[in-house]
Amino acid sequence: MDAGQLAVQAEAVHKAFYDKQTRITQQALKAVDLQIPGGSLTALVGPDGAGKTTLLRLMAGLMQANSGVLEVLGIDVGRDPQAVQDRISYMPQRFGLYEDLSVQENLDLYADLHGIPKARRDERYRRLLHMTDLARFTDRAAGKLSGGMKQKLGLACTLVRSPDLLLLDEPTVGVDPLSRRELWQIIQQLIAEEQLSVIVSTAYLDEAGLCDRVYVLHEGELLAQGTPTELRRHADQRCFIAVPAAGQNALQLQARLIDADQLIVDAVPHGGAVRFVTQPDLAQIQLSELLRGASVRAAEPQLEDGFMVLLRARLGAVHVEVDALQQELKQEQPPSGRAASGGSEVVIEVRDLVRTFGDFTAVASTSFDVRRGEIFGLLGPNGAGKTTTFRMLCGLLPSTSGFLQVAGVNLRTARASARRRIGYVSQKFALYGNLTVRENLRFFGGAYGLHGKQLKSRIASVLEQFDLQGQEHTRSGELPGGFKQRLAMAAGLIHEPEILFLDEPTSGADPLARRAFWRRITALAESGTTIIITTHFMEEAEYCDRILIQDAGKRLAMGTPQQVREQVQPVREAGQPILSMEETFIGIVERSRNGQHDGRGALA
Amino acid sequence: MSETLVGGFWRRLLSLVRKETRQLLRDKSNLLIGIGLPIVLIFIFGYGVSLDVRNIRLAVVLDDHAPAASDFVSGLTLSRYFQPLPAASLHQAKQMMRDGEAEGIVHLASDFSRQLSAGQAQVQLIVSGTEAPRAGPIVNYMNALVEQWQQKRADRQGLSEGGGARIQLIERIWFNDANTSTWFLVPGLIVLIMTLVGTFLTALVMAREWERGTLEALFVTPVRPTEVLLAKVTPYFAVGMLGLVLCMLAGRLLFDVPINGSLLVLLLASMLYLLVALGIGLLISSATKNQFLASQIAILASFLPALMLSGFVFDLRNLPVGIQVISYALPATYFIELIRTLFLAGNFWPLIIKDCLILGAYALVLLSLARYLTRKRLD
Repeated sequence: MDAGQLAVQAEAVHKAFYDKQTRITQQALKAVDLQIPGGSLTALVGPDGAGKTTLLRLMAGLMQANSGVLEVLGIDVGRDPQAVQDRISYMPQRFGLYEDLSVQENLDLYADLHGIPKARRDERYRRLLHMTDLARFTDRAAGKLSGGMKQKLGLACTLVRSPDLLLLDEPTVGVDPLSRRELWQIIQQLIAEEQLSVIVSTAYLDEAGLCDRVYVLHEGELLAQGTPTELRRHADQRCFIAVPAAGQNALQLQARLIDADQLIVDAVPHGGAVRFVTQPDLAQIQLSELLRGASVRAAEPQLEDGFMVLLRARLGAVHVEVDALQQELKQEQPPSGRAASGGSEVVIEVRDLVRTFGDFTAVASTSFDVRRGEIFGLLGPNGAGKTTTFRMLCGLLPSTSGFLQVAGVNLRTARASARRRIGYVSQKFALYGNLTVRENLRFFGGAYGLHGKQLKSRIASVLEQFDLQGQEHTRSGELPGGFKQRLAMAAGLIHEPEILFLDEPTSGADPLARRAFWRRITALAESGTTIIITTHFMEEAEYCDRILIQDAGKRLAMGTPQQVREQVQPVREAGQPILSMEETFIGIVERSRNGQHDGRGALA
Repeated sequence: MSETLVGGFWRRLLSLVRKETRQLLRDKSNLLIGIGLPIVLIFIFGYGVSLDVRNIRLAVVLDDHAPAASDFVSGLTLSRYFQPLPAASLHQAKQMMRDGEAEGIVHLASDFSRQLSAGQAQVQLIVSGTEAPRAGPIVNYMNALVEQWQQKRADRQGLSEGGGARIQLIERIWFNDANTSTWFLVPGLIVLIMTLVGTFLTALVMAREWERGTLEALFVTPVRPTEVLLAKVTPYFAVGMLGLVLCMLAGRLLFDVPINGSLLVLLLASMLYLLVALGIGLLISSATKNQFLASQIAILASFLPALMLSGFVFDLRNLPVGIQVISYALPATYFIELIRTLFLAGNFWPLIIKDCLILGAYALVLLSLARYLTRKRLD
């Protein structure tokens, strides 16, 4: 299509959903105005619940706006959705592959539906299969592909023809960094070769940075739009990197900075240093108090920095009741300090842990120790064995062989007694949606053997610690996403466990909520709670004291983020940027896979 | 347009049907329900159920007008089991039975009272065996009634017990000579299996697509909703017909159930009912879009009523009026009536035409409604 033509034009598009059960009308999109030019790569950015998916579904004619006009390729999509659907390709967030059909059968189905002539298919298939690296798996059932490969097949099915407009809804969500990079290479290659118009939604800001234009959505409103450079400019002159003085901990510096929300917009750990964004017009004096001798240098603003400035301007600070969190715990357990102090008590001991499912080895002979008060991260691509390892540690899944001791209890013999000393927060919201916040806490407290005054006082404390006061009588199913996550944490901590297990706790959360989450986690660890966590935001590995990277059930690397980084980048030349955790991860996994000859693991 | 595209309705439909068939064949649970379950049901229901029988409508042919004969009939009238319907002749009574108005015939021959005075009288009882569970009890009740009437008569005449006249009940069961429950149950089973395959499986597979999000990607293609629905219906129609053949074979080979009506009519009628069942299935799934809910609704709204209220086991005439209204709203009721007649009684055209018209109307309404409700929309 012509570059001059508008791909999408939205005028005051409004969409609301009514939930019959909770009787709440949710405003998914509030009067959104958009003009997306054709022939460009456009990103819709925002956390869960921002309205990205709704907007894409409206464009695809799968939903109808309550009011406003939405034109796609010059066609009023509300009036004639089929005309739009005949010309666009759309990849939903969970691409509905037919799992019992093979890769080839899935491709054929979509080629038939799109009416691709047989003569043109061979060449197209060859190209798509080559790009997605699926050529070897054409006969394999789609359900037996790994998460990343499924996503690539979904993209290939979407691209059996060259559409006038391609809509991609979070194509990389839940996909490991390696597959994520591959997916983006495919998208970029197609854009270059076929001059496709693409609209892609994403929660990853680095992906948005690759696009021509970015639209930032937040709670149904368009917060900002522009080129990545324009958005970065919001944080111009306000980004710095602070290297802590000798003997000081980067995470403690990061905590100090992020707590000073009057002065600092954002602070994240970054390769042994802290990257932070200040409020405008900040006096140097105020800053030096926080830095306590750390050396500071200016940094180039990134898209995330600009985004954080916008979000903070919009939403204000998210304050974390760190004091309440720490005081409470300090009374119970003497703070043994962070792992940095070294030599402290080992609370989790894993020796030669193996788990097989039939002839498939999910976890192959893994050993590691976790010390009290440590934040220990489990990282790995989908199917790496993270979840299996995690479940064995929590006592949810017996190991096939190996030694596993949690909180001084051998899990093979005494799972129940170990369980009382651990807390578990699952990835999905696992609380009872139709019970109120207080009822849920009372139930979980009771399940862990708390009762009477003790239970009451624990409920009061966690309500305070997780900022849930005032919501006690709300049904938990009706809570907004961020509250749900905090409630899940509160329930996991109600019995003051020594060890807290968190499975992908930040997926789908907006950056502000993620900062607040990690502030709580570092505070908890500070007061002696051991944290085991999985995450697919690689940058969050920086918050961990130590990380374990797994792939295909094997341990690839373990150590502090810095140690792991040095495995990929042993010496950093002057002026060379610090390797991001994402790049580190890709480097480690690729190095290990290149060593083997069986190529990429296909089994999920 | 950047590409010239080919194909249309037929090409897309063919591709979708191929996909559905592959999925059906690869998913073992579908085949289990479609083929395994019919076999299990055939064996389970082969045992039959004994039931309480009331309101038996009997055509009474009174060729003898002597007081003794009318006295016998009044005994019938007073009984809480029987509902005598006067018939002018045996011929008319037979017609009533074929029409389903009467379930049996009581015939008192012209020489009844004469024979009675001679000490040995005969009462002829013909019972329709299309509903085997009723036929047995009807004969037994009649025997008891005759016994009672004799006793009363003896008491009234002050005769000693042994001295009274003997009445012999000559009974005959029509349309189901062997009076085996299996004869009666096998046609009913066909209804159950078709409901199961048509409604339950279809509701489930369609809801599964909604749930797994596969429809979302499918919808944003040139595909039309009609094509999606037709493609869903086709393979399950085949599975339903397979169930039918399985039942008929089991009926014929294991239980020797006769097929007195036309096989062609039987097949056509079954196809009509299968379309009705598929329509209900598609309707349920388009309304719920959730596998669990769809399966619950399919069981509650189609399978259980077909089992309990269609006359499969429990006779409709025994039901309270309110429930009867529900029964006669169920398409399964008409199909059961139709298929039993076809199996056990033969080609009775007025009934065949009436029931086929009703089923056809149901199929048309349900399928159009499903088409109307299935839109390429997620909100």
